[in-house]
Amino acid sequence: MINKNFNIVLSGVGGQGIITLLQVIDEAAFVEGYDVKSSELHGLSQRGGSVEAHIRFGKKVNSPMVSSGTADLVIALEALEGLRESGKAGKDTKIIINEYFLPFLNSLSKEEITQRLKDSKKNFQMVPASEECKNKLQNEVVCTLYMLGYAVANNLIPLKEGSVLQAIKNVIPDRYLELNEKAFLLPKNGK
Amino acid sequence: MKKVLIGNDAIIKAALVSGVSFVSGYPGCPAAEIGDDFAKIVKGPDGYSNVYVEWATNEKTGLESAIGASFSGLKSLVSMKSFGINVCSDALLPLAYTGTKAPMVIVIADDPSCWSSAQTEQNSRGYAYLSHIPMLEPSDPQECYDFTKLAYEMSEKFNTPVILHTTTRVNHQKMPVVFEEIERGGQFKKGEFVKNHHQFSTMPPRVMEMKKELLEKVKKIQAYAEKAKINKITGNKKSKVGIIVSGVSYLHTMEALDMMDLDIPVLKLGFFYPLPKEKIAKFLSPLKKVLVVEELDGYLEREIAGLAGIEKIKVEIFGKDLLSEIGELDSEKIAVALAKITGKKFTAGKVSKMDLPKRTARLCEGCPYWYVFPVLKRVAPDAIFAGDIGCNMIAGLAPHNMQDTLFCMGASLGISHGIKKSTNQKVISIMGDGTFFHSGMSSLVNSVYNGSNPLLVILDNRITAMTGHQPNPGMGKTLMGDTTEELRIEEIAKACGVKNIKVLDPINMQELEGTVREFLSKDEPSLIVCKRICALLAKRQAKATK
Repeated sequence: MINKNFNIVLSGVGGQGIITLLQVIDEAAFVEGYDVKSSELHGLSQRGGSVEAHIRFGKKVNSPMVSSGTADLVIALEALEGLRESGKAGKDTKIIINEYFLPFLNSLSKEEITQRLKDSKKNFQMVPASEECKNKLQNEVVCTLYMLGYAVANNLIPLKEGSVLQAIKNVIPDRYLELNEKAFLLPKNGK
Repeated sequence: MKKVLIGNDAIIKAALVSGVSFVSGYPGCPAAEIGDDFAKIVKGPDGYSNVYVEWATNEKTGLESAIGASFSGLKSLVSMKSFGINVCSDALLPLAYTGTKAPMVIVIADDPSCWSSAQTEQNSRGYAYLSHIPMLEPSDPQECYDFTKLAYEMSEKFNTPVILHTTTRVNHQKMPVVFEEIERGGQFKKGEFVKNHHQFSTMPPRVMEMKKELLEKVKKIQAYAEKAKINKITGNKKSKVGIIVSGVSYLHTMEALDMMDLDIPVLKLGFFYPLPKEKIAKFLSPLKKVLVVEELDGYLEREIAGLAGIEKIKVEIFGKDLLSEIGELDSEKIAVALAKITGKKFTAGKVSKMDLPKRTARLCEGCPYWYVFPVLKRVAPDAIFAGDIGCNMIAGLAPHNMQDTLFCMGASLGISHGIKKSTNQKVISIMGDGTFFHSGMSSLVNSVYNGSNPLLVILDNRITAMTGHQPNPGMGKTLMGDTTEELRIEEIAKACGVKNIKVLDPINMQELEGTVREFLSKDEPSLIVCKRICALLAKRQAKATK
């Protein structure tokens, strides 16, 4: 049991699967017996724009929103969105960023994003989630579960592997279950 | 049972356990999943459903259907987003006068900060005053469940509809919820309409008596609110500074108090209308200062200030002077306000300015609209483009940047008619299929009847897409999956007297271009139906048939 509430911010681009990732984390925290609250956005915000979702779990959670600077972990599914979040990261915030670039009109180049992340001096790690999932599972959408698997395998999130696997079973429809489990376990097995 | 539920699902569970059998409304974010998910889970293992679920063509017809169901003895649930209450208010206000027969709960979901809303940052709480309909405000999914159940009980007890007022951060909040799961399936039980024009007809002079009855009813509900457990006081009662709070702001307030290590009395109001005035007065009287925490307009603050004046309570009231009327609230904003009142220090988390390009919403890959927007711009660069609600409002963003007006559902054509009557300029109205059935049809009749000649381009992607793929009258399918008449937009337009009509696949850009050119020179209203399936829907259908 953790003593202090654990705060997570998920960020990415609408359509990348943030809500499914949130559902799995919520469920895993619930499986471990924590109180959990989360907040997500639907509708217009899902149509290819920047999306941010919040999750907090612990003994007792009041607000579902993570205040700026208080995130323990940021999981960014896209590089520029990871950079965007780094502005709100506090000194204890760990950021893991999917090494995936989804450009748009007037967006920054890959090099600029990488440079600015380095300059930010924030505690971040780039994770080849999309690439690994594409190469080894022929499916990029499950990069969400890969990112979570990376966080669990590297002790960046106080959730047990077993709880997450149980959560995946509870949340993901049967036909996609195996694929999601594989994506989640890939970072550990691929080490 | 205890499971992680999203606010909207908690409302569904509570409606089911309360015995709802008629569900209606119109899809709008953040309330759209209430109807969608209801339809998904409503059938039992026997393949039957004892609950009827529909998406109406708009919020007004949705509410009216539920009124018919209520008068026939069926418990109903109606859901819509903030602006929906504007559309249905014509039926809502007389409903307060007649009251309900079987209980009815109406969910109105606001969207502070406009995460998924064009139009305005509407605060629908004002409708409680306008209509005299009781309004409850849950703060989290557990309260969504508990308050919905209570709303049905109140509706039964007082024969009034009850509004459940929610916001995006409540509808789309998840947490473990304790609820009762009931068995589904079985036959739908029909009710009976027992004639009673004395109660169901608002003809004068009876309507004046009805108003008197309504106001007497509100007094009784207020007495009920005084004792209701959902208006609760927590915290250290010895402190001279207190907080009155409603909705999701309660969660942020409790968080702020934790962050600041403050223990002061908090009155959490579950009732927005009618207010438990005696309870509030009692809470206020020992205090020197009170902070009223509520999102957007300061309705509660004004009521509380008025009450303090009448009761001659000497308390300094803070609210909108410290908490903005613009945008949703959070723990930090509330902590900053509390710091000013209590003198206790609070430093907000540092946010460095990133100055990054904004990634706004965009058309999906393969969206049929990609073919339409550039053609319209090329053929008629000097035209006025009147936009409408739905995925097509992305026309207002880069790279299209071609939306000269945007108001509410169906308004593109109404405004186009006015511009056409007032100028000699070219006007093109852009509207989706769902919006045409919602309220565009009546504007079309107006244009024909009053003789103007805007060009209406309907982007018929075969579904109501933006709010999450709801069926509409153009599809030949109902929400429960039954086959129904497939209404053809071109046939409706023809029956409305539109002379120039073309239905085409926008992928044939040359044909589209020629038609736009031709129709823009016409003296009567014209219509182009750009018919091509939503790219996401096409993908999903292909997956399902694999």
